[in-house]
Amino acid sequence: MTEAMIDTKITVELKHVSVYYDSKIAVSDVSLPIERNKITAFIGPSGCGKTTVLRVLNRMNDLIEGARVEGEAIFNGKNLYDPNVDPVQVRRYIGMVFQKPNPFPKSIYDNIAYGPRLLGIKDRATLDHIVETSLRGAALWDEVKSDLKKSGLALSGGQQQRLCIARTIAVEPEIILMDEPCSALDPIATQRIEELMRELQERYTIVIVTHNMQQAQRASDYCAFFSIRKDETVVGKENRWGILAEFNSTEKLFSDPDQQETRDYISGRFG
Amino acid sequence: MSEHMVSNIPVKREDFEENLRRRQFTGLVWQRLFFIANVSTMVILLAIAYNIINGAFGYVVFTYAVDPEELSERPISELSEPELVDLLLQKVPRRLRVVLRDNLSQVPNNVFTQEPISAVLKGKTFDPEWADLKVNDLTDAQIAQILSDNLTQEEIAFIIRRQIIQPNISQSWNLVESLLNRSEIERIAAEKYPKGDLVFYSWVNLDFITNPISSNATNAGLRTALLGTLWIMLVVVVASFPIGIAAAIYLQEYAPQDSRITQIIETNIRNLAGVPSIIYGMLGLAVFARVLEYYTSGRFVGVTDTNGRTVLSAGLTLGLLILPTIIINAQEALKAVPSSLRDASYGLGATKWQTVTGVVLPNAIGGILTGIILAMSRAIGETAPLIVVGASTFIGIDPNGPFSKFTVVPIQIYQWTSRPELEFKNTAAAAIIVLIALLLLLNSAAIYLRNRYSMRI
Repeated sequence: MTEAMIDTKITVELKHVSVYYDSKIAVSDVSLPIERNKITAFIGPSGCGKTTVLRVLNRMNDLIEGARVEGEAIFNGKNLYDPNVDPVQVRRYIGMVFQKPNPFPKSIYDNIAYGPRLLGIKDRATLDHIVETSLRGAALWDEVKSDLKKSGLALSGGQQQRLCIARTIAVEPEIILMDEPCSALDPIATQRIEELMRELQERYTIVIVTHNMQQAQRASDYCAFFSIRKDETVVGKENRWGILAEFNSTEKLFSDPDQQETRDYISGRFG
Repeated sequence: MSEHMVSNIPVKREDFEENLRRRQFTGLVWQRLFFIANVSTMVILLAIAYNIINGAFGYVVFTYAVDPEELSERPISELSEPELVDLLLQKVPRRLRVVLRDNLSQVPNNVFTQEPISAVLKGKTFDPEWADLKVNDLTDAQIAQILSDNLTQEEIAFIIRRQIIQPNISQSWNLVESLLNRSEIERIAAEKYPKGDLVFYSWVNLDFITNPISSNATNAGLRTALLGTLWIMLVVVVASFPIGIAAAIYLQEYAPQDSRITQIIETNIRNLAGVPSIIYGMLGLAVFARVLEYYTSGRFVGVTDTNGRTVLSAGLTLGLLILPTIIINAQEALKAVPSSLRDASYGLGATKWQTVTGVVLPNAIGGILTGIILAMSRAIGETAPLIVVGASTFIGIDPNGPFSKFTVVPIQIYQWTSRPELEFKNTAAAAIIVLIALLLLLNSAAIYLRNRYSMRI
C-alpha cells in the first residue's frame, strides 16, 4: 500500500475482525473505521465484546493465553496483525487507559516518566519537561505540581485516573484507548474526565468503551453499538458471541438509529 | 416478629428457639476446643522456654588453681604491668613463651622458634639488640620485658587469670534449684569447696560468644561455631538467592502457564521442598564433598590443607536444601503483583523484560526477601545434612573463608549435650539461647521488610 492511498481521515480501520478464546468465538466479523481526532464510543450490553474489540486495537489480547485474532486492523496503512509487527511498537503508538485506575506504586513523577524511560530517555531536563506537559495535558498539573514526589496511590480516584491518562500521553501516542475509564469514579470526577477527553481530542484520537449511555451521547462523535448473538442449538453460556450491530455518528445513533435493536437498547428496553 | 413473616417456613416458634439454642451450643463447643488447642501450644512453648532458661542461669562454684587472694596483697586489677609480668615470671616461667606466641607472634606457630625476633615481633616494641636472636635465645626475664612493654594491664590480667588462677566451674545448679534451694546450695558449696566462690552466673555472656571451642566448660565459647554458621549462611545466600529468584521469575513470568512441562516442574519443586534434609546431606556429600572435591576443597586456587568437607560444600548443600522454598515463596510473591500493573506497563509499550524489572520485581521484592529470610532461618537450624557433609565436631581454628573446615551452632549444641560433664549442659542451653536470638533477629527482619514493602503497594 502506498502513501497516497492512505486515508488521512481514518487512523485505524478494522476489517472483518473476529476474536477467539481457545476455540470459542468471542466476537465475530467486526468492521469499522476510527476517525482521526474524533472520539469513538463502543456501547452495548455486558458480554458483547466491546472491551475485546478495544484490546484488538493495541494487541493487548496477545497477553491473554489462548486468545486469537482473525482479520485485519489497518493502522496508517499497515496491518497491526502482520507477522513482522512487534506488539510492543503498536502499544507505544496506541496507548490505553484502564477501567480501574492503576498507577504504579511509585511517585507521581516516576509514574509519568515510566513510559519515556522505556523508550530510553534518561536526561533529567527532558523528563522534567515531559512530566510537566503530560500533567498539564491531563489537567492535573495544578493539583500536584508541588508534590511530584508523592506516591501516585495517595491521590483520589479521579486524580489517579487522570494520572493514568497523563502517563499514557507522556509517550505521545496517536490513539488513546479508554476501557470504561469512569466506571470507578463519582459523577464530578467523571465530568472532569469527559471535559479532558474533549481537550485531548485536539491532539489524539480517542476510543472509549462505556456502559453509560449518557456519557456516550455527551462525549463521543461516533458510536459503535455491539450486540449479542446466540446459537440456540447449544445450551449454556458457550453459545454467545458479540457482533457489531450498528456504527453511526453519535447524533444519528441516538436520535434515529438504523437498527431496531439499537433503538431498543438506547431506549432502555433491554441490556 | 409477626406471624406472617415466617409463615412459609414450616417450623414452630418453640422448635425454632430450641434449634437455635442447639446451634449456638455447637458453636460454643468448637470455640472452646480451639481455645484449648491454643492453650496447649502455649504450654508446650513455655515448657521449652523453661527448659532452656533453667539451664542457662543459676549458681555456680568457681574454684581456683591459685587463690587470687593469695597471689598478691592487692587485687590484680590494681597492679601495674611490670608487677603483673613479675607474677607470671615467678609462677609460670615455662609458659611465658606460649603467652608470647599466643598474644604477640606475627608468624605462623610452626616457625615461631625458628624465625628471628625481628620477624616474630614485627611492629612490636623490643630491644633492637635482640633483633637477630631467636625466641629460645632470650631469657625468661627478657621475654617478660617484652610482654610488659607490649600488652595492656587488662590483657596481662586476663593472661594471669587464664595461666595462674585458672578459674574453673566445679559445680553448677540450674535456675529453679538456685531460686528455691539457696540455703542448701550455700551449705554444700561451703562444705565441698571451702576456697571456692559461689556466684549467680549467666552462662550466656559476652565471653561465651567470643571464646573459641574449648574442652573445658568454663572457658568454652561459641565463636568458632558462630563464625561457621555465618560463613555458611553467606555461601547459602550467594548460591541460592540469584538462582531461586531467577527460577521463580522464569516459571511465573515466562514459562507457558498451562504447559505440561511447566506443571511437572512446579510439582517437582513443591515436592523437593518436602524432601527430608538428610537426603540433601547425602547428595551434598556425594556431589559437593566428593565429586567436586577439587573445587570445594579449594585445591583449584591452591588451598592444600583441606578435603571436600568445607564451608563451601556445606553452604552449597544448605543452599540446595532451601532453593525449593525460595522458588515457591518468590513465585507466590510474583503472583501477588496485580495484573493491572502489568497491563499498565504493557499498555505503555514496555517489553516483557522492562515490565518484569520495572514493575513486577519492585512490587514483589518485599515478599521475595521475606521468603528468603524465612528459608535462611530454616537453614541456620539444620543439623543433619551438615553432619553428613562432614562438619567437624571440634576444630581449634576459626573458619576464615569458603575452604575452611567448619562446625555450626546446632552441631555445637548437639556435641555439648552429648558430653558427660554436667557443665556442658549449661553451655548447650546458653548456645540455644544465642541461636534462638539469631533466629528471632532474622524473623523480625522478615516482618519489618514485609510491612515496609506492603505499605507502598
